[in-house]
Amino acid sequence: MSVVDISGVSKTFSGGTNALQSIDLTIEPGEFVSLIGPSGCGKSTLLRIMGDLIEPSAGAVVVNGKPARRARIDRDYGIVFQDPVLYDWRTVSKNIALPLELAGWDRKRRAARIREMLDLVELDGFANHHPWQLSGGMQQRVSIARALSFDPALLLMDEPFGALDEMTRERLNNQLLEIWTRSGSTVVFVTHSIAEAVFLSTRVVVMSPRPGRISSVLPIDLPQPRTAATREEPRFFELVTKVRDDLHLGADFDRQPERSSPEEARL
Amino acid sequence: MKRGTGRVAVFIVVLGSLWGLWEGYRSLWSHQGWTWPFVVDNTTMPHIYDIFAALGRPSQTGGPLLGSLLWHSALFTAKEAAVGFALGAVVGFALGVLLAHSKLAQRGLLPYVVASQTVPILAIAPIVVIYLGSLQVTAWVSVAVIAAYLTFFPVTISTLRGLTSADRRALELMRSYATGPWQILWKLRVPSALPYIFTALKVSATASVVGAIIGEAPSSIQNGLGGEIVVFNQYYTLDPTKLWATNIVAAVLGITFFLVVVVAEKLVVRRAPEHVA
Repeated sequence: MSVVDISGVSKTFSGGTNALQSIDLTIEPGEFVSLIGPSGCGKSTLLRIMGDLIEPSAGAVVVNGKPARRARIDRDYGIVFQDPVLYDWRTVSKNIALPLELAGWDRKRRAARIREMLDLVELDGFANHHPWQLSGGMQQRVSIARALSFDPALLLMDEPFGALDEMTRERLNNQLLEIWTRSGSTVVFVTHSIAEAVFLSTRVVVMSPRPGRISSVLPIDLPQPRTAATREEPRFFELVTKVRDDLHLGADFDRQPERSSPEEARL
Repeated sequence: MKRGTGRVAVFIVVLGSLWGLWEGYRSLWSHQGWTWPFVVDNTTMPHIYDIFAALGRPSQTGGPLLGSLLWHSALFTAKEAAVGFALGAVVGFALGVLLAHSKLAQRGLLPYVVASQTVPILAIAPIVVIYLGSLQVTAWVSVAVIAAYLTFFPVTISTLRGLTSADRRALELMRSYATGPWQILWKLRVPSALPYIFTALKVSATASVVGAIIGEAPSSIQNGLGGEIVVFNQYYTLDPTKLWATNIVAAVLGITFFLVVVVAEKLVVRRAPEHVA
């Protein structure tokens, strides 16, 4: 059974913006799928539709074999936003425990899981710190721990490392892959960065704007486990070039003659 | 420790300066014979040491010391104000929650909540006293209700504002956990609202003391600070220091209420330093 099954999904916002048009996408268990595309291509919208945070105008979304709404109510997915969205008044432990409290876990079970999660994201010494005492990268790790704390089958990530510097981002990319391998969950990952998408994913979904649609789906055949050395392999660069070409194909009409885009600058 | 010493030093310096200003103004005006904006003498501006000395003299011939009398009056007024403050805070908070959760209630009730504060407390107080008195309620409880009347309004407005201040993405996160409105209220909205609510409680804390003092007059309560103020007002030209001393005691009571709220805020609100109001 697929983890996510999207068929014929379109979204038109009340202002008349056609954010998504006839999206079909199936995601299998254990996959790491990145959605990449320029601003306005609807990738974050698509992610939110998977999480039933917004409703599609047309089409159906099935998560874990049930309608997206049911899946949300059953807490089948964890979500990580671009900002960590931690609660200032809660310590790191208490932030991680939030979904567990809401799910009615007892204190003892919560404490055990918090320890596991702190270990997973390597924040053991920070259990009693408050969010504002942590760096941006650490805060985002807390947010990941919170999303994974209740063992969701699906992890939705909306540009989780977009606000971080390049070095922190690469380190967190490596950590995320380790976490993904260990937890065995399925990940849907929205990003602006070609290198990040290629490095992390088993599949990259390239989207184009106006209206948002899928222009291509590229399987990433880089061997697992991926390490810092993966970023230097010729195959990595080939795939990066391929994703970039597909991106420009989709956005051809507004391309500048000098071919400078943020994605290229980042590499 | 060092910071504590610094604070005490600032407090003493400011207090000393105020004392100096008062006495300096007094001596300058009386030596020069200036009469603008008012004549300065022992009636209009008694010496500060006279005011404090009054606390150590009998309040009337054969009576208790003024200090001891005011101490007991202050305790009595504090009881009224504290009960009123608690009542007003609870009602104000509950009303804020109601208004935050229903646009209909907000549209229907908010104008009257605002209107309630435009009516002078002096006009409301006798009505409260007469009404509650007819229900055989003890007089001081009426005064507490009057204090609550002044307390609830800032709390309602700030609770409403605070509850709706919760971060949009934090709400989205709660939605992703399929959280019900009740849990969203207690786990997200109320904690987000606490800094706003405490700001309101600081305003309300002093307002409740004022409310209690004002409420004592129409309730004919003699044993609170309000009662003393009425009496000493009548004898002002005879001995102004008694009224001044009472005012100082009332101010100290208000400041005490304020400080209690400040301490409670420090204990309750855990927030990034830049967010603390």
